[in-house]
Amino acid sequence: MTKIITKNWGVKDSHLLSVARANGVYSNLERVLKTPIAPKDVVEAVKKSGLRGRGGAGFPAGMKWSFVPQNTGKPIYLCVNADESEPGTNKDREILERDPHLMIEGALIAAWAIGCRTVFFYIRGEFDLPERRIRAAAEEAMKAGIVGDNVMGSGWSCDFIVHRGAGAYICGEETGLISSLEGGRGEPKIKPPFPAVKGAFGCPTVVNNVETLCAVPWIMEHGGEAYAKIGTEKSPGTKVISVSGRVKRPGNYEIPLGYGLKDLIDNECGGMQDGYRLKAVIPGGSSVPVMKPEQVATLKLDYESCQAHGTFLGSAGCIVVDHTQDMVKLLHVLARFYSHESCGQCTPCREGTGWAYRILTKIVQGRGTKKDIDTLRSLTQQMDGATICALASALVMPVQSFLKQFPEEFEAKVQETVPA
Amino acid sequence: MTVSSSTLKLAPEAEARIDDLQRRYPTKAATLLPVLWEIQTQVGWLPQEWMAYAAARCEVPVSKVLGVVSFYTMFHQEQPGRHHVQVCRNISCTMLGAEAILACVREKLGVTNGGRTADGKFSLEEVECLAGCSWGPVVQINRTYHENMTPEKTAQLLDSLE
Repeated sequence: MTKIITKNWGVKDSHLLSVARANGVYSNLERVLKTPIAPKDVVEAVKKSGLRGRGGAGFPAGMKWSFVPQNTGKPIYLCVNADESEPGTNKDREILERDPHLMIEGALIAAWAIGCRTVFFYIRGEFDLPERRIRAAAEEAMKAGIVGDNVMGSGWSCDFIVHRGAGAYICGEETGLISSLEGGRGEPKIKPPFPAVKGAFGCPTVVNNVETLCAVPWIMEHGGEAYAKIGTEKSPGTKVISVSGRVKRPGNYEIPLGYGLKDLIDNECGGMQDGYRLKAVIPGGSSVPVMKPEQVATLKLDYESCQAHGTFLGSAGCIVVDHTQDMVKLLHVLARFYSHESCGQCTPCREGTGWAYRILTKIVQGRGTKKDIDTLRSLTQQMDGATICALASALVMPVQSFLKQFPEEFEAKVQETVPA
Repeated sequence: MTVSSSTLKLAPEAEARIDDLQRRYPTKAATLLPVLWEIQTQVGWLPQEWMAYAAARCEVPVSKVLGVVSFYTMFHQEQPGRHHVQVCRNISCTMLGAEAILACVREKLGVTNGGRTADGKFSLEEVECLAGCSWGPVVQINRTYHENMTPEKTAQLLDSLE
């Protein structure tokens, strides 16, 4: 299988500049700048590749770049989203630990393509080793003339600033990230205007996920068409999938999009741990609908197959649930999480996530009634799509899918009426 | 807008790092998170007088600083223990045994979520996903990740800390 994002992971000290250069990192940036390949041609190549955003939303990256107006006279910003916080997902963290220079190369090619002179690298506050790695890599690259003034002798300059978050899931949402970068609470903003037109500091801004940008150097080396040949027609390329739960070999795996979820679990991950049976999989991070084993058997890891199965590829954090798990308890954990992380701007989210958590607390404690289950259903229907960002929907999807797929577990825990 | 003044100063290297960032960021207000991190790294938490310093340094009202500090879970308005023990309680870690880890930490330290031991050595915080799901359960102490934890390993780790 072609490796694009993880190709250097087995190499000793792959995070150091000397090793990265030997691995070919920065050779594509150098070619882009020295040829030079015009920004619009870089955008065109990425459009042709069909590369879609790997943070969760799956928006075509080249199209996002092409939305940036070049005639406003304002600076243009690129924000790298390294605020990886979707439960079940730990891919960006390992990318940054193992190949931070590939990340910087991808970011600089993207910056060149959109006419950006300052890259803000937004990294989640909890990340220790990834932050040290990206800061060390940026400093090495700056000393080597790769980042900063006159990049690789091209006459083009681009600053690279590492901005550390401070603990807030919502800052992974692109407008929440921008609010946080501007020095505020990480509150998402109403779209439109979209960040490409009016983003950070009121200027055109592109926000791209770490993994998305790491695919860009390969695309520049092999061409958009070559990238589009990997994976499926509508989901081209490779994807790094994080697998957690009781499988024999959990971890991050790069697969061509369209790879079978069951194959990933059985082959790459070595199957379930001894004594554990597969009960369910949440394939795209905790926000997407849960799948039962019969769906897992036919689900392919690409955007279309996931949608056909009633779920999403999301951030591709595959949470493997074994037969010993209590689905009501797991949903209770998720409701607590989304309630804790709601920024509080929109009433349906602020009140709805808290209400759902309180109802599930009652049910988990054996104090729930059948009516509580109905309330969970109607409450989540009213929350869905009624807010500035997708955080409310990110709880609606697990609640509704858990209730639909495992109704017996909820019904077994509630009583007809309120206990005396 | 009233901009407060402050006579406090961080260590010279930290002041220089902030000066450098304020030259590179489009606004001074945008350096609020980096300034708060510099303070917390040096002081250990964010006392009110230092929030006033941050307000003056970034030319924003103190109320805005308080709004920001209270929004993010990692900014401390009270002094945490020397070893701030953060136990992930999210879905993958829960499936892999986070509850037993939490029970172990609570019992050993005699504190609950948000609490600090009387000697100031430890504090406990139950946290959300740390992006270590594949290697859960995860415990983070100060900035260091400890993965694939068991109650036994957690107890040993706590015993080993000075």
